Amino acid sequence: MVDGKPNNEQRTTNNYITMKLYLKIWRQKDASSAGKIVDYTLDGVEGDMSFLEMLDILNEELISKGEEPVEFDHDCREGICGTCSLQINGEPHGPDRLVTTCQLHMRKFNDGDTIVIEPFRAKAFPVIKDLIVDRSSFDRIQQAGGYISVNTSGNTVDANAIPINKHAADEAMDAATCIGCGACVAACKNASAMLFTSAKVSQFALLPQGRVEAVERVQNMVRQMDLEGFGNCTNTGACEVECPKGISLTNIARMNREYLSATLKG
Amino acid sequence: MDSKIPSGPLADKWTKHKNDINLVNPANKRNIDVIVVGTGLAGGAAAATLAELGYNVKTFCYQDSPRRAHSIAAQGGINAAKNYQGDGDSNYRLFYDTIKGGDYRSREANVYRLAEVSGNIIDQCVAQGVPFAREYGGLLDNRSFGGVLVSRTFYAKGQTGQQLLLGAYSAMNRQINRGKIQAYNRHEMMDLVLMDGKARGIIARDLVSGEIERHSAHAVVLATGGYGNVFFLSTNAMGSNVMAAWRAHRKGAFFANPCFTQIHPTCIPVSGEHQSKLTLMSESLRNDGRIWVPKRKEDAVAIREGKLKPTQLAEEDRDYYLERRYPAFGNLVPRDVASRAAKERCDAGFGVNKTGEAVYLDFASAIKRYGKEKALTSGIKNPDEATIIKLGEEVIEAKYGNLFQMYEKIVDQNPYKTPMMIYPAVHYTMGGLWVDYNLQTTIPGCYAAGEANFSDHGANRLGASALMQGLADGYFVLPYTIGDYLSDDIRTGKIPTDSKEFDEAEKQVRDRMEKLMGGSGIHSVDYYHKKLGKIMWNKCGMARNAKELEEAIKEISNLRKDFWENVKVPGTIDSKNQELEKAGRVADFLELGELFAKDALHRNESCGGHFREEYQTEEGEALRDDKNFKYVAAWEFAGEPKDAKLHKEDLVYENIELKTRSYK
Ligand SMILES: Cc1cc2nc3c(=O)[nH]c(=O)nc-3n(C[C@H](O)[C@H](O)[C@H](O)COP(=O)(O)OP(=O)(O)OC[C@H]3O[C@@H](n4cnc5c(N)ncnc54)[C@H](O)[C@@H]3O)c2cc1C
Ligand code: SF4
Ligand code: FES
Repeated sequence: MVDGKPNNEQRTTNNYITMKLYLKIWRQKDASSAGKIVDYTLDGVEGDMSFLEMLDILNEELISKGEEPVEFDHDCREGICGTCSLQINGEPHGPDRLVTTCQLHMRKFNDGDTIVIEPFRAKAFPVIKDLIVDRSSFDRIQQAGGYISVNTSGNTVDANAIPINKHAADEAMDAATCIGCGACVAACKNASAMLFTSAKVSQFALLPQGRVEAVERVQNMVRQMDLEGFGNCTNTGACEVECPKGISLTNIARMNREYLSATLKG
Repeated sequence: MDSKIPSGPLADKWTKHKNDINLVNPANKRNIDVIVVGTGLAGGAAAATLAELGYNVKTFCYQDSPRRAHSIAAQGGINAAKNYQGDGDSNYRLFYDTIKGGDYRSREANVYRLAEVSGNIIDQCVAQGVPFAREYGGLLDNRSFGGVLVSRTFYAKGQTGQQLLLGAYSAMNRQINRGKIQAYNRHEMMDLVLMDGKARGIIARDLVSGEIERHSAHAVVLATGGYGNVFFLSTNAMGSNVMAAWRAHRKGAFFANPCFTQIHPTCIPVSGEHQSKLTLMSESLRNDGRIWVPKRKEDAVAIREGKLKPTQLAEEDRDYYLERRYPAFGNLVPRDVASRAAKERCDAGFGVNKTGEAVYLDFASAIKRYGKEKALTSGIKNPDEATIIKLGEEVIEAKYGNLFQMYEKIVDQNPYKTPMMIYPAVHYTMGGLWVDYNLQTTIPGCYAAGEANFSDHGANRLGASALMQGLADGYFVLPYTIGDYLSDDIRTGKIPTDSKEFDEAEKQVRDRMEKLMGGSGIHSVDYYHKKLGKIMWNKCGMARNAKELEEAIKEISNLRKDFWENVKVPGTIDSKNQELEKAGRVADFLELGELFAKDALHRNESCGGHFREEYQTEEGEALRDDKNFKYVAAWEFAGEPKDAKLHKEDLVYENIELKTRSYK
């Protein structure tokens, strides 16, 4: 959005004021132990810090006190790998829109705030430790059909042999930008994985290369999704709101169409 | 050093080699196991292709899914000599640009092969459903990158690496579904296991349970990425590490050109001590952004103090220093040149943020240019300034929207309205495990691919060529060259893991972890990593000199000693323990850093990303010494890193004349 972007003058930042925060963090030793919320107070937090850098500081303090640091998943810290996955004050990836947890900055919070930090919650995402969950169910959905069956030997036609309508290519790209973070599942009261699954189905459905196997693909991926214990979609749209990559609900509609026509053909 | 380069004319070498090497027949491939460590572009592509050929493949990655390897973060694009734009591109030109860009420190035969297979990569990716950017006619679009005069870069918005990696991941998934790949995610390779001098397996740690595991294979491929995190702050992922490559080095694999590091010119500047990583702003932005600092120091000071805004500074008061110094390439000079030029201006006092370490990347003139064009093509007559800017911003948004958003989230400034601030940051490592033409390290059966090897980029990598190399290695080179080696193993049978070699390797891994946990417990792992990073950045960074490099070697060695005595690692070995994971990685960085400094110290010349202050021209350009340093420095481990033994691979140029690189 170019329009509606506040310019610098209008912005209020907390950059140079440090904050004191009251953190309520889910601690759980391992998959088989029970977990609970533990309270921590953290001082000296700056607005320029990212949310995860704030947790780094908490962990440094815990280590120096001889306590075990809080474990959380993260890697790229620039919003693209999809590893970070925190439920912050009840929202996946926190209060900001179109960002992952690692892109959330502390300037979105105020001095004295209480922040509740939990792992993504879903039956198909069991907790491994503290804030880390197991999302291998997502991999298995992809393994069931999230590919085009072409050999990688390079014996393919020239890349420009099949022109693709720019609009379709752009739409496929938009669907393909899903980072597999799981926020859509965590946001959904049914813990449904429809947005995630439909993003892949859509990417391939929109491209001529992917059409060939469209029927099997959608059937296999949906079957796996159900097997993993993800819930049904009741069209609440919470997933789209919390999705850091702006994956659109139209993908779910497209997948439903694909699924329906696959079943009819079936 | 035998680089095993095939004989014959440059353009025929690869075809000839493929015809000459031994093959393994499909039935026998079923009896052969290959371990691929790393699931980025190189490892993911290699694993998928090896499995497709029929080998039994095990993959390893430390993330929770292969899809999260750091290749995912590549933004700008991938090169290929397709000549779709008809601007005179060819395999030879891509080869030439890459050799020149690398400042004549890479192997001709490897680079030519890379150029030769580059076109095929794009075909392959399109067939896999990678949604590259297209023009209105439906054909693929291209952009240009630094250091070249043609448009050969293919891209998928600002997420090219993501799309290519998801392509490789989907090819892997197809093979996982067929049972040909077993994926061990959240697993870290802790050591390489050798039997009779050959790589025959690895010791891995299950990062969830903490369990130590043994995995055997007939060959091991290391595709574990780069070691830029030796600087603590870099554009790499938090977990990027050198462990796998370093463990192999300690077991006999030579480490080549460790000091060849790429410092990328356009990254978001450091904001404070809490900083945990740096974020790249893709080089593609230099297509449209103009780089400048104020002409007058007073203005720079006023800007730093917040008394003056960059937009208030008149055109004639700005110094577009790249356009001034390098009129032919302007803002598109190669990365090493652009980075040093930024450092030069900031060191001279012209930096524009509160730390004095930032320059501007300004889109105002591109916005106007595009706006006018757009107004014209949309039939708007006599558009006013506001309309032009609005239209121009829309064009810029379509091209770089996600990068602008990323910038705004981090810096809290709107780059459509005020210039971006950027500064160089550690980004890529050209050095890595030495490999021959077959991508085999000096350990038989141990291969290295992607950023983990040293192969194709010499002393400086051109933009959009790492993705190309990773996929070339993984899809098109390694799966064939490895067959030559494996053809000896068709009767070997499964490699047992209950041997004394595995016992010993596992014991070493356990002892090392216990030692890490047994430190007296004064400082955290990050404390040491940050200290190491400071030494590296200050003394082995963008400009180096003998005195400081000597100091660095001593300081790193002392820091390493301190680390092993005083590091504090909480938790236990046999459970999930992120601090222990970090400790193991930092321990290896503390050794690599020393070798890095030693390599930089021994190379008495400036070339590419390696700039020695003692060796420069009067204008401050790099002064290469082809007479004495036209070689790959391959280091053999010999106890302490500083005692490593140097082996030289002379670089022979038969097809290219060595020149002083000039981008003026
Ligand atoms: C921010 C950024 C932007 C970039 N943009 C571009 C670009 O536009 N164009 C371009 O050409 N290049 C770009 N590059 C460079 C390029 O992305 C990388 O060089 C390339 O992707 C590396 O791929 P790789 O497969 O070698 O390694 P990676 O993708 O880094 O994969 C490494 C793999 O090894 C695994 N691993 C590492 N250590 C271990 C261990 N001990 N045990 C088990 N597994 C391990 C990891 O889990 C991972 O799977 C960019 C780099 C960065 C950082
Ligand atoms: S659809 Fe959005 S929220 Fe769901 S996994 Fe993909 S990126 Fe995350
Ligand atoms: S850490 Fe990669 S998306 Fe957040």
